[in-house]
Amino acid sequence: MPEPTSVIHDIGYQRYDGPRLGRRHIFGSLYLHGLRTAFGLGRSAKAKIFPWLIVGIMTLVAVVFIAIRAYTGQVAATYAQFAGGMSWLVIFFVAIVAPELVSRDLHSGVLPLYFSRLMRRTDYPLAKLAALITAVWLLLGGPQLLMFTGAAFSVDDGMAGVWQELLDLVPGLLYAGVWALVFAAVSLLVASLTGKRAFAAGGIVAVFLMTMPVVGVLSILPVQAVNQLAGLAAPSSLVEGVGVWVFRRWVVDEGGPDIDIGSFGPLYGAVVLALVAGCLLLLFARYRKVSSS
Amino acid sequence: MTLIATQSLTKTYGRVTALSDLTVAVEPGIVGLVGANGAGKSTFIKILLGLLTPTGGQVRVLGLDPVADTAAVRARVGYMPEHDCLPPDLSAAEFVTHMGRMSGLPGTIARERASETLRHVGLYEERYRQIGGYSTGMKQRVKLAQALVHDPDLLLLDEPTNGLDPAGRDAMLTLIERIGTEFGISVLVCSHLLGEVERICDAFIAIDGGRLLRSAQLSEMTTSTDVLAVEVSEGVDELAARLAELGLAVRREDRMLLVSLDDEATYDVILAAVAELDLPLHRLDQRHHRIAELFARRELADA
Repeated sequence: MPEPTSVIHDIGYQRYDGPRLGRRHIFGSLYLHGLRTAFGLGRSAKAKIFPWLIVGIMTLVAVVFIAIRAYTGQVAATYAQFAGGMSWLVIFFVAIVAPELVSRDLHSGVLPLYFSRLMRRTDYPLAKLAALITAVWLLLGGPQLLMFTGAAFSVDDGMAGVWQELLDLVPGLLYAGVWALVFAAVSLLVASLTGKRAFAAGGIVAVFLMTMPVVGVLSILPVQAVNQLAGLAAPSSLVEGVGVWVFRRWVVDEGGPDIDIGSFGPLYGAVVLALVAGCLLLLFARYRKVSSS
Repeated sequence: MTLIATQSLTKTYGRVTALSDLTVAVEPGIVGLVGANGAGKSTFIKILLGLLTPTGGQVRVLGLDPVADTAAVRARVGYMPEHDCLPPDLSAAEFVTHMGRMSGLPGTIARERASETLRHVGLYEERYRQIGGYSTGMKQRVKLAQALVHDPDLLLLDEPTNGLDPAGRDAMLTLIERIGTEFGISVLVCSHLLGEVERICDAFIAIDGGRLLRSAQLSEMTTSTDVLAVEVSEGVDELAARLAELGLAVRREDRMLLVSLDDEATYDVILAAVAELDLPLHRLDQRHHRIAELFARRELADA
C-alpha cells in the first residue's frame, strides 16, 4: 500500500541518549512521589480531602494558640506540648496515608514494575518510610512554625525574645520527629501487610488505640516499677515517655499532670529505637517476599 | 550482536521443571515467544530480567548476563507484564512520568518522554484523565508506554493482546510492529496464539512444557513466500474461481483464500473481483511468512 507522502507535525520516534541516573535519583524520585501522594498532590481532589482536613484542623488549633497568646500574653501550650497534644490526629493521618503509600501499590500490582527496574528491594520500603516520616513531621512541624511566627511578632523584648522562642521551638520540632518516626514505622508495617486500604486503616487505628487500655491497666497496678514501665505498652505513651525523659522542661507543666517514668527514660529511648529498627527489618522481609511479576 | 542467547537453560522449582535444557539464539528484531499457558514463557522472561536465577545453563541478553549484570540489563530492557499493574487513581501522564524516573530519567526529561511515548502509543488528550476510567485497550497502551518510556533496546511484552477485542488486537500488533521497525527497538512478544503474532515477527521461539519445540530465524526467507489473505463472509468459492480465472494462484484455507502476491497490482485485481461479485470483504492483508504451516509441516515430518 502506498505510504502517505507527508505527515504533519510528526517527527517520529526519537531515541534517547541523554543521562540515565542511578540509585540515588531513583530513591529520591520515589521518596518525592510518596511525599506528594501523602498530601494528595498530583492526584484527584478526593485524595486531597482527608490530609488537608487534618492540616486544616491543626493549623486552626495553632492559630487559636497564637490568638490566645497575643491577647492574654499566656502561653497556652509549648511547641512540644502542641506536638504531643495533636497525636490523636496523627493516628488518623497515618491510618489514611500509610495505606495510600503502600497498600495501593500492592492492590494495583504496580510492584513488579518497580522491582523489574533498577530499584533495590530494600529501597522501596525505605523511600516510602522516609516519605511518611517527613509527611508526619511536616504535619506536626508546620503549625509549630506558624506559632513561632506568631510569637515572634508578639514578644516584647526584641531579638532576645525571638531567640528564646527559637530555643523553645527546636525541642518541639525534635519531639515531633520522634512522633513521626514511631508512627510512620508502625503504620507503614501494618499497611504493607494488606492490599485493602480499609483493612489497613482499621489495623493501624487498632494497633494505636487498642494498646492504650493496656497502658491504663498497667499504670494503676500497685507496683511502682510496673506503673513507670506501663508506657512501653503503647506507641503513643512510649513516645510521651521519651518526651518526658528528653524534653521534660517543655513537655511537662509545672504543677500539672505528670507522667511518671521513674529512671527508665533511657529504656524508653532504647525501645523507640528498637521498635523503629524492628519495623524496618520486618518491612525489608515483607518486600523480599512480594512477588515480582 | 545476538539479542538473546541461551545455552542449556534450565529452571526448576523444587521438583517442578519450568524450563528444561533450552538452547536458542535470536537476532535483533521482533521475536515471537509462543507456547501454551504454563509452557514456561513467563519463567523465561523473568530469567531475562534477572528476576529469577537459572538452575543451570547460560543466558545472555544484549550480550550481557542478567544474573551478574542485572542493573546493566534492566537499564536497557523494558518490561510489560501480563496482569494489571496500573494505579487507577493516577493519570497516564503522571504514571508514565513516574515510571520514567524510576528507570533513571531526570525529572523534566521523564515528563517530556512520557508525553512523547504516550503519543506514540496513541494516547493524546486522554493522558490527563485517571487510568481507572480507561478501556482495556487504553490500559494496554499505558502498560506498553511505561515499558517504552526510558527508550530500551529490548522490550519484553507478556501477552500484550490479552483481553482485547479483534480490532484492539490488530491495533496493538500494528503498534508492536512499528516499534520493531520504525523505532528500531527489538521486541520479544509472548503469546499463546501463534497465528496472532506470526504476521509481525522476524523470528520465533516455540516452547512447550519448558522444552524448545522450534526456533527459527525468518529473515533469510524470501519475499516470494508473501501471500495475501482474503476473507469474505460469503461466496468464497465464487471468488476463488474468479481469481483463478484472472490468472492468480489461489489456495483455500478454511474460510480464507491465500493468493500469491506477485506485485502491487494484485491488490487491485482482488478488490476489483470482490466488487464485481458484490461480496462483503472482511479482510485483505499481507502475510510475510507462513509460520504455522512451516511448524506444522516439520512436526508432521518429525512424527
